[in-house]
Amino acid sequence: MSDNSKSLIGTKNKMGQTYADIEDFFNGKIPKEQFFMTGSEIVKEAVKRSSVGMSISYPITPQSEAAALVGELWVEGYVDAYFRGEHEFAVMSECAGASLGGCRVFTTTSGPGTLRAYENFPMWSGGRLPIMLCLMVRGINSPLSIQPDTIEIGMLLDTGMLIWHAEDAQELFDFILKGYVVAEQPDVHLPIAVAIDGFFVSHTKEMVEIPSPDYCLLPYDPYRSPVPVMDMETAPMRVMRDPFVMKSNYISYMTHTSWQLEIRAAIERSRKYTRKLMGGSLIDVEDGDAEIILCTSGTAVSQSREAIRLMKAKGMDVGLVKIKSIRPFPTEEVKKALDKAKLIVVPELNISGWMAKEIKSTIDRNSRVMVGPHVAGGMTMPPEIIVEEIEKEIALRKES
Amino acid sequence: MSTNIVRMSEALADVMPQEYKDLVAHSTYGKVDRGWRDLGESKELIEQHSLCAGCPESLGFRYIMSSLPNPEDTVMVGSTGCTSLVFPHIAVHNIHSLFGNQNAIASGLKRALEVRFPDQVKDVVVLAGDGATVDIGIDMTLQSWFRQEKFTTICFDNEFYANTGGQESGLMQKQFVGKMAPAGKQFDKVNLPQLAIDSGCHYVANLTTSKPMRVEKVIRNAIMVAREIGPSYVQLYTPCILELGLQSNDALDEMKGAEKKNERFEFFEYKTDEVTEYLDKLDAERKERKEARKAAKKGA
Repeated sequence: MSDNSKSLIGTKNKMGQTYADIEDFFNGKIPKEQFFMTGSEIVKEAVKRSSVGMSISYPITPQSEAAALVGELWVEGYVDAYFRGEHEFAVMSECAGASLGGCRVFTTTSGPGTLRAYENFPMWSGGRLPIMLCLMVRGINSPLSIQPDTIEIGMLLDTGMLIWHAEDAQELFDFILKGYVVAEQPDVHLPIAVAIDGFFVSHTKEMVEIPSPDYCLLPYDPYRSPVPVMDMETAPMRVMRDPFVMKSNYISYMTHTSWQLEIRAAIERSRKYTRKLMGGSLIDVEDGDAEIILCTSGTAVSQSREAIRLMKAKGMDVGLVKIKSIRPFPTEEVKKALDKAKLIVVPELNISGWMAKEIKSTIDRNSRVMVGPHVAGGMTMPPEIIVEEIEKEIALRKES
Repeated sequence: MSTNIVRMSEALADVMPQEYKDLVAHSTYGKVDRGWRDLGESKELIEQHSLCAGCPESLGFRYIMSSLPNPEDTVMVGSTGCTSLVFPHIAVHNIHSLFGNQNAIASGLKRALEVRFPDQVKDVVVLAGDGATVDIGIDMTLQSWFRQEKFTTICFDNEFYANTGGQESGLMQKQFVGKMAPAGKQFDKVNLPQLAIDSGCHYVANLTTSKPMRVEKVIRNAIMVAREIGPSYVQLYTPCILELGLQSNDALDEMKGAEKKNERFEFFEYKTDEVTEYLDKLDAERKERKEARKAAKKGA
């Protein structure tokens, strides 16, 4: 990860924070302290250490508190510019303008906000804008629900964004810092959504361990972008940032296609950086040799852990695969980790079962996948229900 | 940007395209008091366009590009439509992202440039059609004015969705029969200049592209006001000859008709007192420079 701005390591920014290498936030070089705080509060702490140029906010439950706390960072001087936009479609366009102008950008949204903003996300990736979107997922109307539901992640899968799903506040903090580093690599340079389950992570307090606020990420260097920065500091080539699809001829169709293929290739190239920063793999495996494997992401993982504890007490042979990166999808890791399992259970907090579909389309012998259990619209997923559903499935499969 | 940046490596000079060589040798980056009179005597910032022959939009676009006070430090934001056929060919950085979000893009962009270049002038200019400005993008147009975002919004008003084939737009005249208005448009042409005043624009102008000198002055005023004081808005009538069924040489007459007294594009200019004082000062300075140039010419 060579970088011109690396020469800044050890120097101080205007707030007196020392620029540090990403590795040093997590390898013990930078002193850490423990706190008891919510996911919203941890967003403020992560942004404070991320040398963010601009953040644009808009209220929608459950991300409003985090978005407002980032505003406090602007008043304190840790974020250079901040304002409230008029709605999520505009906010994500304002973020695009800020990123095109060369700033590191942070924003947040939830559920209906994600969908209102939707047209912007493929534009972000098409424009190769490494914007950080913290997604605090919630249900999507109708009927109205403000409660946790991961369906919007499934709707973002083909937008060309990187998508990581954090299980808890600690991981949210880590993913925001690491996410910027991966998203801004010149051979990646794509937007990234770091998702958490709304309320379950945003509004509950947990113990977290975070590096000293006296340190921050290296600043974004817009001139490492693979496309020109829109600041008239480089020669004004007569090519717009968008592919020129306005003419009806084969070369324009090909321009669009090759541009889109390049975005997909950039997602693939992100793997090497993400693996390194996520401890070697895009997944975590516990008891991987077990007959039954629960495989999912987000807080469904936490509930699965509890279910596994209950099942182990009953003498069942059960393990866990936790998926941390959804785009890129950990294809090889998942294939390998699930190769020996006889039953693969995919608990999800949404009604569509997009994660089960992802897994089914990745592995061999995919009839081993049990789609569900599902809860939606904010329902919790009690571990007892997971166990009960698995037992039912096992009985069913024995019968047939 | 230093104008030095538009230079060629001598080693590559023989393989650079002629249009780029012309741009380096004969463009007007950095020239004080640029204007429409440079057309024909210098390399234009528009290389080519694929608009219809005689299209007033192509005329307006060239006048605007020749009137930018600081093209070497200007970033333009467009939207989807006929203008997006021209933007890829202009020699200033320009952004096309989505349809209707141009004032939101410009808000983020202008603030980013202020953060990154606090001691440098960086003008941001939005140029979009009436559908993008008034219909699909009206909320973002108005909100950027409410927030006092310091950039200029220019609307090419052809009273249609022209690029998609002549559908009704909010700036279309009442009772005009167009696509999607088969019984004639049922409501009045939206009075965006008045909305601009009410929404906090400090300089507003409504005109046609029939008079290049006037367009030059209005564009320069609007950009200088946005740079120093606050948002500005310019509405330019650029009739779509194709959709109106006119010939290529009819456009000028169409515009002259539309700018007559009490017609919808009668020249209108709104300035706050602060703006009047500021623009008078700029005009005086400009006059001084002009006289100095005249004197120097005489002396030579």
